[in-house]
Order: sequence, then structure tokens, then C-alpha cells
Amino acid sequence: MPIIIENLTHTYMPGSITQFTALHDINLTVEDGEFFGIIGHTGSGKSTLIQQLNGLIQPTSGRVIVDGFDMNEKKQRAAGRKLVGMVFQYPDYQLFDSTVYDDICFGLKNLKLPEEEIRTRAYEAMELVGLDTKQDAEKSPFELSGGKKRRAALAGIIAMRPKYLVMDEPMAGLDPRGRREVMETVEGLRAELGCSVIMVSHSMEDVARSAERIAVLNNGRVYAVGTPTEIFSRTAELASIGLDTPATAQLVEKLRSMGCKIPDGLYTNEKFEKWLKEVLHNA
Amino acid sequence: MLKDITLGQYIPGNSVVHRLDPRTKILLMIAYIVAVFIVKRIEMFIPVILFTVLITVLSKVPANYLLKALKPMRLLLPLMFVMNLFLIKTGKPLVDWWIIRIYADGLTNAVFVVLRLATLVCGTSLLTLTTTPIALTDGLEKLLSPLKIIKFPAHELAMMMTIALRFIPTLIEEADKITKAQLARGADFESGNVFKRAKSMLPILIPLFVNSFRRADELAMAMESRCYHGGEGRTRMRVLKFHTGDLAAVIVFAVFIAAVALAQRFLPAVKFF
Repeated sequence: MPIIIENLTHTYMPGSITQFTALHDINLTVEDGEFFGIIGHTGSGKSTLIQQLNGLIQPTSGRVIVDGFDMNEKKQRAAGRKLVGMVFQYPDYQLFDSTVYDDICFGLKNLKLPEEEIRTRAYEAMELVGLDTKQDAEKSPFELSGGKKRRAALAGIIAMRPKYLVMDEPMAGLDPRGRREVMETVEGLRAELGCSVIMVSHSMEDVARSAERIAVLNNGRVYAVGTPTEIFSRTAELASIGLDTPATAQLVEKLRSMGCKIPDGLYTNEKFEKWLKEVLHNA
Repeated sequence: MLKDITLGQYIPGNSVVHRLDPRTKILLMIAYIVAVFIVKRIEMFIPVILFTVLITVLSKVPANYLLKALKPMRLLLPLMFVMNLFLIKTGKPLVDWWIIRIYADGLTNAVFVVLRLATLVCGTSLLTLTTTPIALTDGLEKLLSPLKIIKFPAHELAMMMTIALRFIPTLIEEADKITKAQLARGADFESGNVFKRAKSMLPILIPLFVNSFRRADELAMAMESRCYHGGEGRTRMRVLKFHTGDLAAVIVFAVFIAAVALAQRFLPAVKFF
């Protein structure tokens, strides 16, 4: 069953002078097993939207339904929250325990699982994200490198085996290699666990690589929803709301305007490279 | 939940009171406290209250903000009233019914104490309501700077206050994010007894402290890289200057305090009972 967002509106500090409506009448559906990208400018409401997905904040009006659980209802929210794993932008917000292993176990203990199950799941999660189950497990989470911290935080979430993995800017502040590693880890997780991934980013390249559908947010409204091919063919429109399309998509656009005949859907380096090789080979 | 906390309840404005030099305002606040403590008779609170109302009107601060300042005292004030009412047993008996005995001195004292505290809180809160925290620390630094002769760290103190004030909103926001991150991992902050609940705060406090230390470190580095080396020879962007308004305010206050003191000395006391 999918996550359904219905007519969701969120207003911060309603009734005060600083009242601010971050989301206006959002309608979206995230299917099972889907890789769903959410892109938008800073302040477009991305973070507000995904916090609704596991009931960390409640909408002013409208509702979120996770696998049939209405997140507005307090009792159903607890059940719905277990299905949605939320990885925050900075791992420093969640790492706290004395060792990486203990930290990963925190969520599992909150689920009140048996000791044995906790151990298996924690080690399994560490392996999935590519942490060393011997050396890294006993380290303090604060002495890890930036990339490894992020993996540890991720492991703490996926050990809980969420059906939906929500990630808020998971690549922010990482170097290109770190970004690629996180991306590969996430793709691997999705293949392994079959969970849906909902990824928020303002970097088109990151989303372009693996998202199956993309929602573009602008000023708290859904500007467009569609496949990457559909979204990234609208370079000029996206530019008008302050978003870039991936460099490759821009290149394709430019070549087209110069008279080249290029098929649709070549918005990543890999895809464009493959096509280019074929063309050159056939020439 | 944490975002509801309001700190430094400054109300922006451009009134006569807002425009006063922070140093003048700090000194006048001290003068106001002195005036309130000079008052020895209940009827003398009438000019004090009228004067407080006058400043409030001049400052254009909504009156309910002054009453809000009294909110933290909502338990203390009634308690003090009741204690004075029943525990002072001198003067003419007013009520003698069952076990309740109220005397004239008890009643006057109870009213007196409550009036003194209420005027004190309302009057002094006008300072923070009309002065930005930054201006306040600037003024404090200037006022304390003569104490540098005896090695009193006036500049350092003001700098620490400024930094602390600056980071309160940041910390609140961060605590909010950390709380959410732990809630998302199924943390439970609400059930269990006091000890259990205190322990459940650890997953919030540890990241908050670790991040604060790191931030302090970075801030120190950022300040040093811009050649910060304490207050010596440091110039300011906003130089504090006394204006004619400050002089006028001081004169008004002096007249007010003198009038209260003289009236109390020479006017006959009002007999209530």
C-alpha cells in the first residue's frame, strides 16, 4: 500500500504575526518500492513535507495516509511511524551513544525486540551500509569520518527495516566520492530490501541518477510531478523557478537547439555517454 | 513545543523610550527600583503607578505585555498576600470569624507588599521590552568599563552575553531537530517516572552538547581569524551617544523621585482604619 498525501496544508505559528504557510494543498502518492525524488529551492517546503510523512509534525489541514494508517490519528500514527524511516540531513542530530553499535541498537530497543534479534539486525544493517562490523562497531560515533557518520546514522534507521526510507538531503556537505558512495549504498539497499526511497535534494544530478518519479516543489506548491525524462525536458521552466536541470540535460537541450537530433531521456552522464558511443560506432 | 519559548521579549518600536541611550535606561531602571523602595506608605504607590503608566504610554508598548511579565509571579504574589494577611497580628482587628483573624496591619502590609513587587516587575520589564538585547549588553559594557581599573572583565562579560543571546535561537532550533530525529527512531520522552524520563532525554542532550562544543570551537576560530583579541582598542559600529532626550529623561526621573520623597516626608499619612 502506498503513502497518500491528500490536500495537505501546513501553516507555522497560525494566528501569530509570524504566521507562515509552508505548504499549500499538496496531493502526492508514493508507490511501493518506488524511488521518489523531491526537488525544490531552499524554502520551498521540502523539509516540512517529509516531516509529515512520519508524523513528526501534523498538517494544519489535509492528511497523510501511510499504508492505510491515518497520521492525524495519534494511535495510528505510532503504527505508521514504524513503516517510515527518516534519515536527517546531518548525522550529528541523531548519533549519541558511546559506540556505533549501541547507537544503531537505539531504535531497535525502542521497538522492544528480543536481544538476539537486535544483534542480528544491527550487524546486518552495518554490513548493508558498508561499515566494518568489528572495527567500526566499537568506535565512538563522534570519531568517525563524515561519510562514515552518515552511514552509521543510515544504519540506525534501516536496522528498523522501514518500508519507506525518507532521506533529507543525504548528500549535503559530502565530496563527490562521498556522494557517489551514499547514492550507491541507497540503491543497493533498495535492491536488497525492496523498500521505497523518498529523497529530498536540491541537486538535480543526485536525483537524476536513480529517481523513477520526481516532484518539483515551488513556494509550498507542487509545481510538477513526473518521470525524470518529463521533468528534465523543461529546462527553461525549471530555471524560471530557480532550479537547474542536470548539466547533461542542459547540454542536450543546447545541442538540439543547434539542430542535432537527440532522443528523449538522456539526462545523466551515463545515458548520454552510452548513446554517444552508439552514434559514433554506427557512424 | 520548544519554539514557543520567547526570550528577550523586545518589542520593536521607535518611541521616545526606545530611542533613549541604553546606559540611560539601565541607570533610570536602577533609579526606579530605588523610588519603589523609598515608598513606605500605601497611598504613595499612586504616583508610582501613574508614573509607570506614563512611561508605558510613551513607549507605546501594549499594556498586556506588562501584565504578561507578571505571569511568572502568579503563584508568588497571592502567596505573599495571604501570608502577610494572616501572619501579622498587630493593629485593629478587622475580621474575627471562626479561625480567621485579620488585623489592620496585616491587610495594609499584604496590599503594600503585592503593590511593591508588581510595580517593580512591571517597571523593570519596560527596560527589556524597549531595548534590544544587543543594545543592553553594549550599555552594560560601557557602564561597567570604569571597573576595568580593578581588572573587572567588562568587555569579556558583555561579549559572552552577546554570544549567548545570539545562540539561544540556534540551540532551540537544533534541539527541535534532534528531538525529531530521535522520535523518528521510536524514542519515547513522555512515559515512565521522573528518572526514566530524565534518562530518555540523554539522546537529545548528548548531540546538543557535542554540537555546541564543536560550534564554540568554530566560533572561536572564526573570531581569531578576524583578529579578535579582546576589547583593547576595539571600535564600534554603533557608538553610544547621549542626546537631549536622555538629559530630559534624567530630569523627569529626578523630579519624580524628589516629589515622592518630599510628599512622603511632609504630607500627612492617610489613615485607612
